[in-house]
Amino acid sequence: MYWNANIECMAVDDLKKLQYRSFKNLINNLYSFNKFYHDRMKGAGVHPDDLRSLADVQKLPFMYKEDLRENYPTKLFNVPNTEIVRFHASSGTSGKPTVVGYTQNDLAYWTEALARSLTSIGIGSNDILQVSYGYGLFTGGLGLHYGAEKVGASVVPTSNGNTERQLELMQDLGVTAIACTPSYLMHMSYTAEKMGIDFRRDTCLKKAVLGAEPWTESMRAKIESAMGIKAYDIYGTSEQAGPMFSECEERNGIHIGADIMYVEIVDSDTGEILEDGERGEMVVTMLKKEALPLVRFRIKDITSLMKDECPCGRTSPRISRITGRADDMLIIRGINVFPSQIEYTLMRIPQIGDQYMIEVSREGALDNMKIQVEIKPEFFSDKVEDMVKLRAHIESELKKYLNLAVPVELKAPGALPRFEGKAKRVIDKRVM
Amino acid sequence: MKNENIITQLSIFVNNEPGRLAAVAGILRDFNINVKGFNLAESTEFGILRAIVDDPEKAFENIKSRGVIVKKTDIIGIEIEEDSPGSLFKAADVLGKAGMNIDYGYAYNGKNFESMFVRVDDPEKAVEVLKAAGIKLIKRSEI
Repeated sequence: MYWNANIECMAVDDLKKLQYRSFKNLINNLYSFNKFYHDRMKGAGVHPDDLRSLADVQKLPFMYKEDLRENYPTKLFNVPNTEIVRFHASSGTSGKPTVVGYTQNDLAYWTEALARSLTSIGIGSNDILQVSYGYGLFTGGLGLHYGAEKVGASVVPTSNGNTERQLELMQDLGVTAIACTPSYLMHMSYTAEKMGIDFRRDTCLKKAVLGAEPWTESMRAKIESAMGIKAYDIYGTSEQAGPMFSECEERNGIHIGADIMYVEIVDSDTGEILEDGERGEMVVTMLKKEALPLVRFRIKDITSLMKDECPCGRTSPRISRITGRADDMLIIRGINVFPSQIEYTLMRIPQIGDQYMIEVSREGALDNMKIQVEIKPEFFSDKVEDMVKLRAHIESELKKYLNLAVPVELKAPGALPRFEGKAKRVIDKRVM
Repeated sequence: MKNENIITQLSIFVNNEPGRLAAVAGILRDFNINVKGFNLAESTEFGILRAIVDDPEKAFENIKSRGVIVKKTDIIGIEIEEDSPGSLFKAADVLGKAGMNIDYGYAYNGKNFESMFVRVDDPEKAVEVLKAAGIKLIKRSEI
């Protein structure tokens, strides 16, 4: 089932022509009417006429998160205030918050992207979708809300929080799908267990649309086996609009609407374009954006463009699972560590639960990392020796995967913090 | 019917942080659980509280209902004869010769006797060999 087969299954050559035309229009417009882009392009010695093919896009200068911060709140907006119909703002987890704005058309392509994504997951008018993303300044709640309404699903706009009430509603209304962060779903699963609710027995939940934070395949396996559902990855940031693009039922890569967003993968250090299949930093250009244009924006998410065709029939390009953000990377004693690698390792160890915390501190010139995990009650032994062995096993698994000796601390279930919005599992105590 | 010399001990996982032991002790108080003897083993970040209580079955359910990791462990109680040096050695020697390892042990002052609780991997067999060697074991009813 396709939402918009014309675009989703368009011949690749035609898609590229479409992208090129969109690019041309966008750049002509920005060069003529937007001071920021005009100055940037002048500074880089590029004129719109230099864009003779899609490959020439790489001549254009990059744009960074800092550009949005420096022009806080609305200095980069490209339309008069009268055209703006909504604002959202980022949480500011990695610095000063940024504000994004939307015109009617911006909301329309965002909703269109979500309608395609939900349809590709098999969510439609027969579904009751609980939106447990936060509603408000965060883009997740309202984004999924309008996307789900567009495909005719019945929306239960619970937002996040008040988990026990959410679980009751889920049962009472016969909710079939949920959209939230993976960490919130795990929190729900934990709360359900305490309330004696078994997802398989007591709910109609079949699918989960999870995003807004990086998560791993092993986390997916854990969620699916614990809850008896299928979990799908959805991607999108507030700069792009919000959550927008998702996996299809093949669940092998996220389909990017090629008419909406143009993706390049570059080497984080040199900015050079990488081959398809090579992992690097994603750079995006939003082809339809009006209120807050983004051209070659360094989004910092680490992924790769996938080469093979998807059996679902969509020709739209796919990106592989986001393994982290370029600025999430921790450098511990000279070794690069992404929190997602740690999660991947931990989630495959059956003796521990699905919550963990990473603490980074500095002693003298040395960075230290410590990982806290919760043990599962059934693996508790009252012999200290057994518990120490379990701890050593976890440490050796981490060592194998990270190539770094990281001390582990065992905690009782429920001892570590739970997250209702975006999980903050890394505590960085280093003073930079 | 379970061997009268096998005693049910509750083992509780406790995080080694200020106030965690108090929290567990608070649960014992809330449910009016009388602790007859206990021992606390610790590693750096966690500890294991081992407790002999009245009505361990009920206490187990109560503690578990609070989301605490608790486990029932079978242990045995060896009576230490008063004014008789070497009686602890005798029991340990018997177990050692039978190839049985003592995982841990802790002292207990009973009403009428001194004793030592020990955990071994096969308590049934330990009871057998100790009794055969003439060593006195505590009965559940005597605690």
